[in-house]
Amino acid sequence: MRRVYMDHSATTPVRSEVVEVMLNCLADQFGNPSSLHYFGRQGRRALDEAREKVASAIGAKPEEIVFTSGGTEADNMAIHGVAMLNQNRGNHIITSAVEHHAVLNTVKALGKQGFTVTILPVDKYGMVSVEDLTNAITDKTILISIMHANNEVGTVQPIKEMAALARAKGILFHTDAVQSMGKIPVNVDELGVDLLTISGHKIYGPKGVGALYIRKGTRWRQSLFHGGAQERLRRAGTENVPGIVALGKACELTVQELAGESVRLTGLRDKLIEEVMNKIPDVRLTGHPTKRLPNHVSFCFEFIEGESMLLSMDMKGIAASSGSACTSGSLEPSHVLLAMGIPHELAHGSIRLTLGRDNIAEDVDYFIENMVPIVERLRAMSPLNSENEFDFEDSCADCKVSGSCHL
Amino acid sequence: MYTDKVMDHFENPRNVGEISDANGIGQVGNPTCGDIMKIYLKVDNDVITDIKFKTFGCGAAIATSSMVTEMAKGKTIEEALRLSNQAVAEALDGLPPQKMHCSNLAADALHAAIENYREKQK
Repeated sequence: MRRVYMDHSATTPVRSEVVEVMLNCLADQFGNPSSLHYFGRQGRRALDEAREKVASAIGAKPEEIVFTSGGTEADNMAIHGVAMLNQNRGNHIITSAVEHHAVLNTVKALGKQGFTVTILPVDKYGMVSVEDLTNAITDKTILISIMHANNEVGTVQPIKEMAALARAKGILFHTDAVQSMGKIPVNVDELGVDLLTISGHKIYGPKGVGALYIRKGTRWRQSLFHGGAQERLRRAGTENVPGIVALGKACELTVQELAGESVRLTGLRDKLIEEVMNKIPDVRLTGHPTKRLPNHVSFCFEFIEGESMLLSMDMKGIAASSGSACTSGSLEPSHVLLAMGIPHELAHGSIRLTLGRDNIAEDVDYFIENMVPIVERLRAMSPLNSENEFDFEDSCADCKVSGSCHL
Repeated sequence: MYTDKVMDHFENPRNVGEISDANGIGQVGNPTCGDIMKIYLKVDNDVITDIKFKTFGCGAAIATSSMVTEMAKGKTIEEALRLSNQAVAEALDGLPPQKMHCSNLAADALHAAIENYREKQK
């Protein structure tokens, strides 16, 4: 069966050049970078080279890069570390309603430990407003964390404007660039951020490795991990050298190819959006129509549910994802879609298609060819249609599921 | 994550559709929650002679709807009232734990349709 992978925001295949350097490192550079001897020095050299590559990819200095176990650790470390070190200056943290859980839940956890939290709303495109941010800042604000691009709807946030605002007020600014890295330019000076998160497995590197950029002089300290003096006291634990080497290679390649790939992917993305909108009725594009990642497509299909679409697509070899409650492991649909004002019933019908370097125009054709009958079949089975969609609102008493029902 | 039986009923659902002269119609769920099941019954002499469903929901919601129609067809309404959500899930060789609560409502929809039939008979 033909397999079409359109879930690159979930994870990416590790590219062969990255596998190669990672295997070489595993086989030949086993030394502990903290060891004085020859083997240790080999490991140290591999680590240093990777750090230079990662730094160069985002316009940073090597000493500003701290390797982590991935995006979640880097987000936790960034936010917690700033909060702990700056509590004498203030206790207010600002974030947005559409952040990844690695940021949102870290900020919420601090909210239970004496910090005051503002969660900024977003507009119907999932965009945070600079004006809302301006109004939210108080003299107690110590940290703002807003993602560069959203994982569920692809909307790119005005980080440059928001970070400039933060800097003018002496507030530290963190951005999670896990989704934007390799898709659009990510440069710490152009963005003007103090801390920035990236992850290996979203850019054709392995899982289990990521990095936190910490601008030189930033009032941050490691507050979560206790242990050895690795990463210049910023992240204890023997370094994941093969993973870090792989991250370095992945960063190097992704930046080299960014300009060409982003143009190519934008073409595929726009073809996919156009064909779905033309060939399938009652579909809405979610996220910003233009200020979105070049590889990112997200829709809500009315009257049908996301998981049943995913299962049907999987039977045809197509891999995608959904923000439906049925696929989230919780009883609520995506917090991002709900924050954008999309009603629950529509959010349950969300599908995300994220393209990557392995996708070609024929994949889009194959998707359309198969998706049209899938939607028709599921709609024929659904009791909902454009005439009766809202007749169901009074049957709330039957619903035993959602605690935060909006009806 | 789903059993072969669930996937079979999802891929080839039995008794999908509506019955134009149904004498019992039942519906449970709400689009807000992500699941709605609607069951149409044709009852003759207290026996379910025809049954059809329409469902908005995940794979488990569609499979349980399909299964409950198979289990209820030809049964008396007394027998059909004794069918439980648990029995439907077991007939499908089980459902993932998180689906037991939210998407396993097919027997409730059947019972609602039988209630509707009984009210119409009064």
